Amino acid sequence: MTGQTLTLAKALGAGLHRAMTDDDRVVVMGEDVGRLGGVYRVTDGLQAEFGERRVLDTPLAESGIIGTAVGLAYRGYRPVCEIQFDGFVFVAFDQILSQLAKMHARTGGKVRLPITIRIPVGGGIGAAEHHSESPEALFAHTAGLRVVSVANPQDAYTVLRQAVACDDPVIFFEPKRRYHLKGEVDLDPADPLPLDRARVVREGTDVTLVTWGGLVGTALDAAVAASDDGVSVEVIDLRSLSPIDHDTVAASVRKTGRVVVTHEAPRQAGLGAEIAATVTDRCFEYLEAAPVRVTGHGMPYPPAKLEGHYLPDLDRILDGVDRVLGGVEPFVPTAPAGPRSGAADARPVEAVAR
Amino acid sequence: MPSEPAVRTGPTAATPPKAYDGHRAATPRDARADRKNVVRDVRKEAPPRQEPEAPATPTLRLLDDQGARRPEPELDRWLADLDPTATDDAARTAARATLVRLYEDMVVARRVDAEATALQRQGELALWPPLLGQEAAQVGSARALRDDDFVFSSYREHAVARVRGAALVDLVRVWRGVAVSGWDPYAINMASPQVIIGAQALHATGWAMGVQLDVDAGRVGAGAGLPVGVAYFGDGAMSQGDVNEAFVFSSTYRSPVVFFCQNNQWAISEPVALQSRVPLAERARGFGMPGVRVDGNDVLAVLAVTRAAVDRARRDGGPTLIEAVTYRMGPHTTADDPQRYRDAAEVEEWTGRDPIARYEAYLRSVGVLDDAEAARVRGVADDAAAELRAGCVALADPPPLSLFDHVYAEPHHALERERAEYAHYLASFGDDDGQGDDGAGGPGAPGGRAASGTGATTGVAR
Repeated sequence: MTGQTLTLAKALGAGLHRAMTDDDRVVVMGEDVGRLGGVYRVTDGLQAEFGERRVLDTPLAESGIIGTAVGLAYRGYRPVCEIQFDGFVFVAFDQILSQLAKMHARTGGKVRLPITIRIPVGGGIGAAEHHSESPEALFAHTAGLRVVSVANPQDAYTVLRQAVACDDPVIFFEPKRRYHLKGEVDLDPADPLPLDRARVVREGTDVTLVTWGGLVGTALDAAVAASDDGVSVEVIDLRSLSPIDHDTVAASVRKTGRVVVTHEAPRQAGLGAEIAATVTDRCFEYLEAAPVRVTGHGMPYPPAKLEGHYLPDLDRILDGVDRVLGGVEPFVPTAPAGPRSGAADARPVEAVAR
Repeated sequence: MPSEPAVRTGPTAATPPKAYDGHRAATPRDARADRKNVVRDVRKEAPPRQEPEAPATPTLRLLDDQGARRPEPELDRWLADLDPTATDDAARTAARATLVRLYEDMVVARRVDAEATALQRQGELALWPPLLGQEAAQVGSARALRDDDFVFSSYREHAVARVRGAALVDLVRVWRGVAVSGWDPYAINMASPQVIIGAQALHATGWAMGVQLDVDAGRVGAGAGLPVGVAYFGDGAMSQGDVNEAFVFSSTYRSPVVFFCQNNQWAISEPVALQSRVPLAERARGFGMPGVRVDGNDVLAVLAVTRAAVDRARRDGGPTLIEAVTYRMGPHTTADDPQRYRDAAEVEEWTGRDPIARYEAYLRSVGVLDDAEAARVRGVADDAAAELRAGCVALADPPPLSLFDHVYAEPHHALERERAEYAHYLASFGDDDGQGDDGAGGPGAPGGRAASGTGATTGVAR
């Protein structure tokens, strides 16, 4: 084993360095990735070693980055594109959804596009607008793409190398709030977990807590806190968001009978819904309670001073755990006050609806 | 209503348009002009041309409307191998063969195009985007390329695909609905045609950036000249961000790419004036690359300018934008009705500039083509049409489970589960031979009436 202690950002850089060393068809491209080494310094030092063409500073045009990467892949290259921030990826959507995701199917398997798109993702860092988003569901909904999210330095290193080696396009999410997390990284891991598999990062027996990326640390903290109350929480780092490793989730839920999913993205049509639905489908007879989701709210990402009320945190996750255990009365919405009715008239919706 | 400031700096509306001005359609009176007004301008008013401040880019041509060849030193020097009067026997024979081949390419392209349109009218194809009128632009440019160049086209470049070596039946797979592309891109070095307008300009640029990386890595020697990426798109695509981004990337990286814009005057119903207030080729200057405007109905001129642009790219000179001024004689697709938005007079005017008639007149005038040779070429074209038709009607519906093939390059456990689930569903219809009841199910089909192409509608009985 060749191990060293690295931050998640440095581990990504080490993964890229290794991938570029192993295969001279691997090229890195994006805004500020060369001379600057990227705004998070993930690509620091790569241009000095591999040159200005293999570590390419691009014009400020995200669609151009992905579109030219498609052309590079047509010629046999393995581009690793950096989108500087999550909220900047949308101008590249056509190239990602209509070109990257569909080319292999379109050409009957003749053209492979082994392109990795690295995207710093998520909030919790007090950033400006368009710098804290969690758009993973948009990509996970798109057939032809693989989507992964790493949460620790070892996965950052290993999964990035797996993504680059994969012949399918991979959307690779890097949680910004964990870039500086340090951990031991084995640079030659034997038998690493495959790219498309989830990992149980803490075993437990009472509740399954599913998350990924930036919330893995929070979920582990919640599991520790819950254990102080005598609740054993099993935490799953989903890692692969497309395909989702439902087998690992289902195996856990069959053991615990309860599942909480937490993600930063808004609830509606988020991946939590997909997981809850599949768990219900595959584990219905094992479930002791309806799946619970703890998520961001249905709104544009808020200003930094309010993100603490937007992002799931330790307390909200524990509240979700309490709810799935039946320890908290479920929230019952009241009928919204109409123009003529005051709050005193508000009645539980159930009373009206049933 | 407040009066508008006079913004037109060019000739008045009374100024007649110049022949072969690819930018002759109306310019909106101002930025707020709505589409209705634009169309009205085109149809009812003499087009007020928008002259650029700088001298207009000339439209290069070698053949006049009657097919007489005129000297144009800038172009002639690229066609030294096409002298039908060369004194050297071998050179003359080769020149005449090449000249005839250009003619044959165009005649076959038109015949195949007509056959495909007929196939659509007869219900054999769901749709077809005709190239009628654009034969010279496509053949002249495609014949300027080497095999190791790579073409990234839109969906109308049937003549380009044929020149690159596509089988005729591969032109119609998409339009028959049995596939989403035709040929193997690597077999003919031409990408699957692009439907999203302009997206392929970036692909061509990226491919060309790959050539530069190959040079760095020693995989491509510069001695024979660099392989060139070629993007084909239309006047409408000039408004797309991807095309403009491709201009930026290729220009700043000096990548070996040629942008071949067929300005056929219309993007479905929208005239080119809605895309640009200056001739399209003049946009190039702002990106730091040459822009060339050529008579797109003059196959020799197109061949010459494309050879020049490709040569520039081969010598590490970077990209060129070619605007080939032509006309889409037919509808946008067989589903379109151009009579709703353009004048018969305009179509008539362009009919007089027919690319094949002009070139045929030239070939006859220099003794390269006679009636017997023209008849031979017509025979080749008819054979091609018959081949296309036979291939088209023989295309079987793909087996249902082929749906799941090729979505991913590597095994994908979620999709495999879906495949198994759907196969299980199909199998519930109880066919035992696993091939479907009309044999169309093919290998891998789980059987059942639903597994056969036509049975899916009758057997499953929605």
